[in-house]
Amino acid sequence: MSNDLVEVKNLKEYFPISTGFLRTTPLKAVDDVSFTIGRGETLGLVGESGCGKSTVGRTILHLYKPTAGQVIFDGKLVGPDTIKEYRRRAQIVFQDPYSSLNPRLTVADIVGEPLDVNKLYKTRKERSERVLELLNTVGISSEQMTRYAHEFSGGQRQRIGIARALASRPEFIVCDEPVSALDVSIQAQVINMFEDLQSQFGLSYLFIAHDLSVVKHISNRIAVMYLGHIVEIAEANELYHHAVHPYTVSLLSAVPVPDPERARASQRIVLEGDVPSPLHMPSGCPFRTRCSRATGTCADSCPQLKEVAPGHMAACHNL
Amino acid sequence: MAMLEVKDLHTSFFTPAGEVKAVNGISFDLDSGKVLGIVGESGSGKSVTAYSILQILSHPGRIISGSIKFKGKELVGAGEEELHKIRGNKISIIFQDPMTSLNPVYTIGNQLTEAILLHTDRNKEQANARAVEMLELVGINEPEKRLRQYPYELSGGMRQRVMIAMALACEPDILIADEPTTALDVTIQAQILELMQDLQKKLGMAIIMITHDLGVIASLCDEVIVMYAGSVCERGTADEIFYHPAHEYTKGLMRSIPSIDDDEHERLVPITGTPIDLLNMPSGCPFAPRCDRAMKVCLTGRAKEVRVGSDHLSACWMNVKDGAERGVIQTDDDGNITAIDLEGNLDGTAEGGKAQ
Repeated sequence: MSNDLVEVKNLKEYFPISTGFLRTTPLKAVDDVSFTIGRGETLGLVGESGCGKSTVGRTILHLYKPTAGQVIFDGKLVGPDTIKEYRRRAQIVFQDPYSSLNPRLTVADIVGEPLDVNKLYKTRKERSERVLELLNTVGISSEQMTRYAHEFSGGQRQRIGIARALASRPEFIVCDEPVSALDVSIQAQVINMFEDLQSQFGLSYLFIAHDLSVVKHISNRIAVMYLGHIVEIAEANELYHHAVHPYTVSLLSAVPVPDPERARASQRIVLEGDVPSPLHMPSGCPFRTRCSRATGTCADSCPQLKEVAPGHMAACHNL
Repeated sequence: MAMLEVKDLHTSFFTPAGEVKAVNGISFDLDSGKVLGIVGESGSGKSVTAYSILQILSHPGRIISGSIKFKGKELVGAGEEELHKIRGNKISIIFQDPMTSLNPVYTIGNQLTEAILLHTDRNKEQANARAVEMLELVGINEPEKRLRQYPYELSGGMRQRVMIAMALACEPDILIADEPTTALDVTIQAQILELMQDLQKKLGMAIIMITHDLGVIASLCDEVIVMYAGSVCERGTADEIFYHPAHEYTKGLMRSIPSIDDDEHERLVPITGTPIDLLNMPSGCPFAPRCDRAMKVCLTGRAKEVRVGSDHLSACWMNVKDGAERGVIQTDDDGNITAIDLEGNLDGTAEGGKAQ
């Protein structure tokens, strides 16, 4: 048995965008993305808004039907026969704890719903015991279980969202910017909880975020996305110290460091311009319009990921 | 005399549920040409402080007491006409969200020239020329074309540049930036921070930078104020705050952010509990319920600011205790301060509190 829990092969997700009367243009949100996630591993996925990182997360879970490509979960291709089982074993935690919980349900029902859907209990008593156990795991007390989502703070709501994701005893969780909406002091609580749950239940995470410090902290490996493509993927420390793709390098240098002396000394590599629209992708390498090292070759063909060091892949013509 | 003097400012929101004390007696001075950072989490009162200075508080909010003096002139209680002359002219503001703070039905040119026409005696043509000049200054290409465009035609980073151009069009003495980069991507944030740094050097205005991001503070600010629940916890030069944090809240904040340089994967030390309910403020230190070093005195009274370094004040009972142990501050048996030696330097206590 392979050690990879999730294997994503040449995943594509195109959204048809209406561009005139009876005319559509595909918006290539995710274009030919492949990676694997090991058991108990956290793969971080970083990139700027609109780069397709959330779409990758949702397409892997088949919340969007992939345009092309395969998702192999625990050695089995995810398809019509396996989807039901897959939905139980793979879960998601959303970014916004304010809009992702049903305001009409009590916390107990929000957390209990996946149990109902997957028929994971025999008696009512068993159900309520399981709900209580889940809420305890995430640090919500039992007297709060009859309350509604709006009665909780952002950090607590995110905990409820996590309890719900855990309800069906998943092995894989897509965490879609789960701490971005939280204050720093609360963010640290939730990050620690993700780590504890991982060691407790042996979970694998796809951790999507735009905060590079957070991603580095929590991930074993990190993939960097730009305009629907993975441009670099490596072990976390390797990526931070030996990034080779010009986009990763500038992304890392753009992170404001909470250290005045280093901030004064640091040379930010400031990228010119904005991310091009995914509807009008540049030819060849998607990054070439903002890249200082772009050459003629970059306009001709899209670079493929190639290994630059053991376990470290980058997609750039200039390597 | 400092250019802007804020003294014991209290601002509250009178909601149906009761009085929300958003700003609870904050004081600070801002000298011309300085960059002051105000850092705090949501609900700490940092934005309300900014809105109070410009008196653009929305409905149930009101300044209760205190004084805000701009170049010696009192702004609290000043007439609307007088405030009009200052807002957008002498003191201007950039808001967090460039998507919603521009009017979608007016062109960029229309919105940009509005302030220029209002505050200077330029005619329409001159105002347009000035607008083009401003757009060039903030690094927007094809400025003449942009003037005819609407906000939806620009990207987020460009809109924030337009906001900055609008704010700087009348050469203000003070620019208030309320989370100017929070809604932007990292690479765009780097562009905007670089731009603000450049413009500050070029034009020499003072900046009040309001943010929750300690990284942004470190890269831009000379002085820093740390706020929690409407009060100042700690203030000092950026170096003092980052290298010798003295208040327990600041220390907790520094410990709870993951460091990008940490290769060993040290576990984060979060601040426990949840932020305070501003409707039911405790009588003691607002941070005490979440502070793991809280003492009895922390629950009953607020610590006064004591000097913990040459340019560094902190309002934490731990600092008072340290000071008392060193004999710089005297307390009686109940922990009440009998004499505070504000000029006394408690340097060294700050050393002990250096963030790991």
